[in-house]
This record gives sequence, C-alpha cells and structure tokens, in this order.
Amino acid sequence: MGICHSYTEDGRCVSLLKILLTNYCIFDCAYCVTRKSNDIKRAAFQVQEVVDLTINFYRRNYIEGLFLSSGIFKSADYTMERLVAVARKLRLEENFNGYIHLKSIPGASDELMKEAGLYADRLSVNIEIPTKEGLALLAPEKKREDFIKPMVKVKNEIIQYKSEKNIIKSTPKFAPAGQSTQMIIGASGESDQQIMWTSNYFYKKFNLKRVYYSGYIPISYDTRLPQIGTDVPMLRENRLYQTDWLMRFYGFEVEEILNNDNQNLDLDIDPKLSWALRNLDQFPVDVNKADKRMLARVPGLGMKSVYKIIEARRFRRLNWDHVQRLGVALNRAKYFLECGSREYERRDLTGIQLKSLILQNSNSKYRRALSPQLNLFG
Amino acid sequence: MIYDGSFDGFLSCVFEVYNLKLHQVKIVRSNHFQQSFFGANLEISVDSHKADRVWSALKKKVSAKGQSRLYYAFLSEIPQIEDHLLKYIQYALKSDSPIDTDFTNENVLKVSQVAKSVGREKHRMEAFVRFRLSKDHVYFATITPDFDVLPLITKHFRSRYADQKWMIYDLARNYGIYYDLEKVDKVTLDFPASFDPVKTTEEFFSGEELEFQILWRDYFSSTNIPSRRNLKLHLQHVPKRYWKYLSEKQPNG
Repeated sequence: MGICHSYTEDGRCVSLLKILLTNYCIFDCAYCVTRKSNDIKRAAFQVQEVVDLTINFYRRNYIEGLFLSSGIFKSADYTMERLVAVARKLRLEENFNGYIHLKSIPGASDELMKEAGLYADRLSVNIEIPTKEGLALLAPEKKREDFIKPMVKVKNEIIQYKSEKNIIKSTPKFAPAGQSTQMIIGASGESDQQIMWTSNYFYKKFNLKRVYYSGYIPISYDTRLPQIGTDVPMLRENRLYQTDWLMRFYGFEVEEILNNDNQNLDLDIDPKLSWALRNLDQFPVDVNKADKRMLARVPGLGMKSVYKIIEARRFRRLNWDHVQRLGVALNRAKYFLECGSREYERRDLTGIQLKSLILQNSNSKYRRALSPQLNLFG
Repeated sequence: MIYDGSFDGFLSCVFEVYNLKLHQVKIVRSNHFQQSFFGANLEISVDSHKADRVWSALKKKVSAKGQSRLYYAFLSEIPQIEDHLLKYIQYALKSDSPIDTDFTNENVLKVSQVAKSVGREKHRMEAFVRFRLSKDHVYFATITPDFDVLPLITKHFRSRYADQKWMIYDLARNYGIYYDLEKVDKVTLDFPASFDPVKTTEEFFSGEELEFQILWRDYFSSTNIPSRRNLKLHLQHVPKRYWKYLSEKQPNG
C-alpha cells in the first residue's frame, strides 16, 4: 500500500524521491523544459550521490523509494546504463528493499532493459504525444518505434518471468509492479478520442498497469504549442481519468464513451452521466434485480456502492431508504434507478432536460469554472 | 471499576463483571477517574490469567477483524469507550452467531467507527514519522498522536528498518518504543533540560542531520507546481495539526 510521506500544495502525494539523473539532453522536444535549445542551467548527479540520497532519505522515513528519470546524455544506452547502475547499487550493495521506479529510455538496448527489470519494481516510458502527427511536429527527432521497443522487451520479459516462476520458485523477480506510460494533454491539439483510443491500445497491447494523463503546463513561446499564460487543462485531465476508470473498473469499452460522433468529453458532467443521457433506453435499472454490469452504469453509483447493493440484496429487498443509507449519490441516481417502493422519477424527461435538472441541483467543485455555461440552462 | 489503563487491566475488569455478576458497571481508567455520588468504587488489579480467559472466550465468538477492532478502539483512550467495549463484548458472548457486522447495534457501530479513526491515525503516523540520526547512532523520532498508536506501528517499523537502531517517542504519553537490532522494548526517557524535541541541535544529533533536512526541504519545494495549486485538497490530505511533523512545512530555520 502506498504511503504518502507528504503532500504538495497542489494536493499530490509525495512518496518517492523523484529526480532526473541529469537535465542535459541531446534532444529538442518542443514541450519539454530541458530541451536542448532551452537556455537553462544544466547539472548532473553522480551515480553514488543518487544512491546516498536515496538510502539516507529512506532511513529517515522521508520516502518509500526512488523514481529515477533522466535527460538523454550522449546516447540512450549511455544514459540507461547509469540508471541501471543506481538501481543495481541500491539492491546489491545497500540491500535496499524499498520501491524503485526507473524510466526506460526510448531506444535503450534489450540487454539493458533486461537488467533494469531485475532491480526495478516498475519500468515506464512516456509516449507523451498521443498521435504520430503530433510527435512529428513537436519532437521530429523521435520516432514512435523508439518508445515501443523497451515496452515490448519489458512486456515479454514479464511474461517469461511469470511462466518460469510456475516451474522454478526461485526465479529472480522481474519488474513486479509492471509498466506504465504517460501522455501530455493539450499540447498537440489532439481530441479526447485520440487520447483514450491510444490509451486503450497501450493497455491492451502491452499489459500496462497504468496510463497517466498530464495537463500541459506551457513553458515556452514556441508557436507550435499553447502560449505561456494558457491555463493548465485540469478539468479535462480529470474527465480523462474518469474515462480511464470507466474502461478499467466499470466494464465500459472505450468506443462507448468516445467515438466519431463523440470525439470530446463533456466538461460539465462526468463521462458516465454523459453516456447514460445518450442511452436513456437502457434505464431505469431495477436495483433489486439488475446485474453488476448494469448497476455499474447507473450515474451516482460507484463500484463500492454496487458491491454494497449486491451484498445487502442477499438479506432483504431494498427500498429508497436503504439505497440512500448505503451512500449512493441519489441526486443523480434517482433518475436512472427504480426501487419498487416509490414512483420512478424520470417522468419522460429528455436527455437535455435531465442534464439541466441534475446540474441545477448539484454542488460540483467545478461550479465556478463552469458558471457561464450553467447560466444558459438556469 | 477502576483499572490501570492497560488492555489486560481492562480485560481483568470484564472478567470480574462476569465473575461477580455485576450490572450497571462503569469501567474507568485510574487517570480518568472522578468521584461520583452514586455507586461503589472497585479497584481492579491486572491479572493476566483472567485477561487471557476473557480473550480466549472472545476469540471463539468474534472474527479476527472484530478482535482487532476491539483493540484499536481501546487504544483510542476516548472517555467511556470502555462502556461501549464492555457492551460489545457482552453482546458477542451471549450471541450464537457472529455480531461483528451488526451495525444496527449502537455499540458495534461505535466500536467500528472509533477503530477506523485509530486505523487512520496509525496510517498517518507510519507516513509522518521522521527520524533524525542522533550522536549515538540511533534514528530518533518524536510523535504526539491523537490515539495511543505506538503498539500498532511497531511491526511496520521493525520490519522496514531491521538493520538500524531506532526509537519512536510519544511525547504526550511519555513513553516510546526502542529497537536495538534484535527486539523492540517499551522505554521511558528523562530528557535533559536543554533538549527541545522539535529542534535539531548539534548537541544531540549527528553533524549531517541538519544537512539532510535542508536537502529534503529543497527537494520538497522543487516538486511544487504553482500553476496547479489546490490548497483545499492539500489541507484535506495534511490537516494543519500534522504540519509540526513535516520539516518542509516549518518556517525556515
């Protein structure tokens, strides 16, 4: 279980020592603060310095472990060698049992990736730009194949480890926490459909544990990118994470939420409510009879509530009182659920009318950001 | 009934409630005790055999989770928690089937809620304990938890830091746990007059200690992203009463 030893002022958990081995880089990706053409101070850690910092912070309970990335210095292999050296020293010389997350440098050799997995818990490589066109525009020196190469190697090593483990118990572990990746949101003019279809492809093809979505923070006056002063797309980022959750935990296929007719997510309501309003023919759902899959699709029902409902159903027939006490968000759910004991709430309202009703009666934390739109319905 | 404040002491009281067939009992720790006009006072001494008998009887009727909830709730030291615990135990012992998920019973519900709060504080302590290397090579930390969680965090730190001597001291309850590379013991310290637990001075701590704190503070301030500031969320995660643990939240100096 992750332990957050501190929290940043933007609410993120600080659990690891997350650093670059060096911010020197031979590449010039437009969206990156450490791109070659940017005039900033450059510095580099020595391998032993990173090891010492990690061990001393760990012993004081400041961190759970190390997250080590780097700019690319000299070559992908030269850089990756040093990352692996840090991990190797920590494990073999210092007997470090904490968490190590290493970045896979795009283009790194298979041999280095194989060794990295022996020492790291998680390996990741950030594809950053969701589309080939976007990548060609913003980081023309990089190719999609370079990102894929270490992902393929790690995926195959994990598969091999799992099959060998069944036969030989003492098989050394390989990247037990799997792989992940990240995409930048809002740097290359991409649609939500492009982002989530890419995400879905990577989850399925490489068995990733997580895909992260990071709102672009403008750092230059380069005309290929949003200018400094543009807001960070935090709300859009939140909606994308909600979609990611729907794909992984709620049994949705990505095409149900984002497709050619719906290329971008609504900002003012969550993606599940959005889907429900477009599919009113699937409702109401009977809380006492519906299966897990359909219960999970009711707006206002999280997976925890779904399980509580299924458990409680064993003992008694549920009425609205029970449902409310279980902690369901009734201000939304009541239009999509039926409960036997009270009249069904929808009363032949259209999708647009329902959306307006729900928004008027909710206390979204984004209310201030969205207020111009809300007044249209008010 | 007045007892010494230990869990075995509490269980000894429970034993006597059944042994002497008492009704209308209040079990109070000696440092919470206030004279009342009604009823007689009975001082109960700790008896580990009696305590064991109660606990063995309970183990047959209460799930492992329920047992742990009882212990966690006890460590909360909330006034009158003993009354809820006693009623929970009486309910459990007289029922044929397990009652630990019967949340319609107010005592079961209360014990579960209090246990949850204690669990959260335990988790927070595992996160916010910060060690400082003392001159005699002991990693030393001080805490002032809302509840008596030292017994609950012992196992975590023992397995995590098996190769370093460490001590965690509860300043409010004036006792601590000390690991000497083999076992963990309860200790009480008499601090010298010049010792201020909050400050890191060269008198008691190793030379590099302050340097690592400065490094940590530098690291922490550089991870902050001003354009994503969200103080409401930040406070939700780290309520102000925990800021004293976090050196990065201290004013500089």
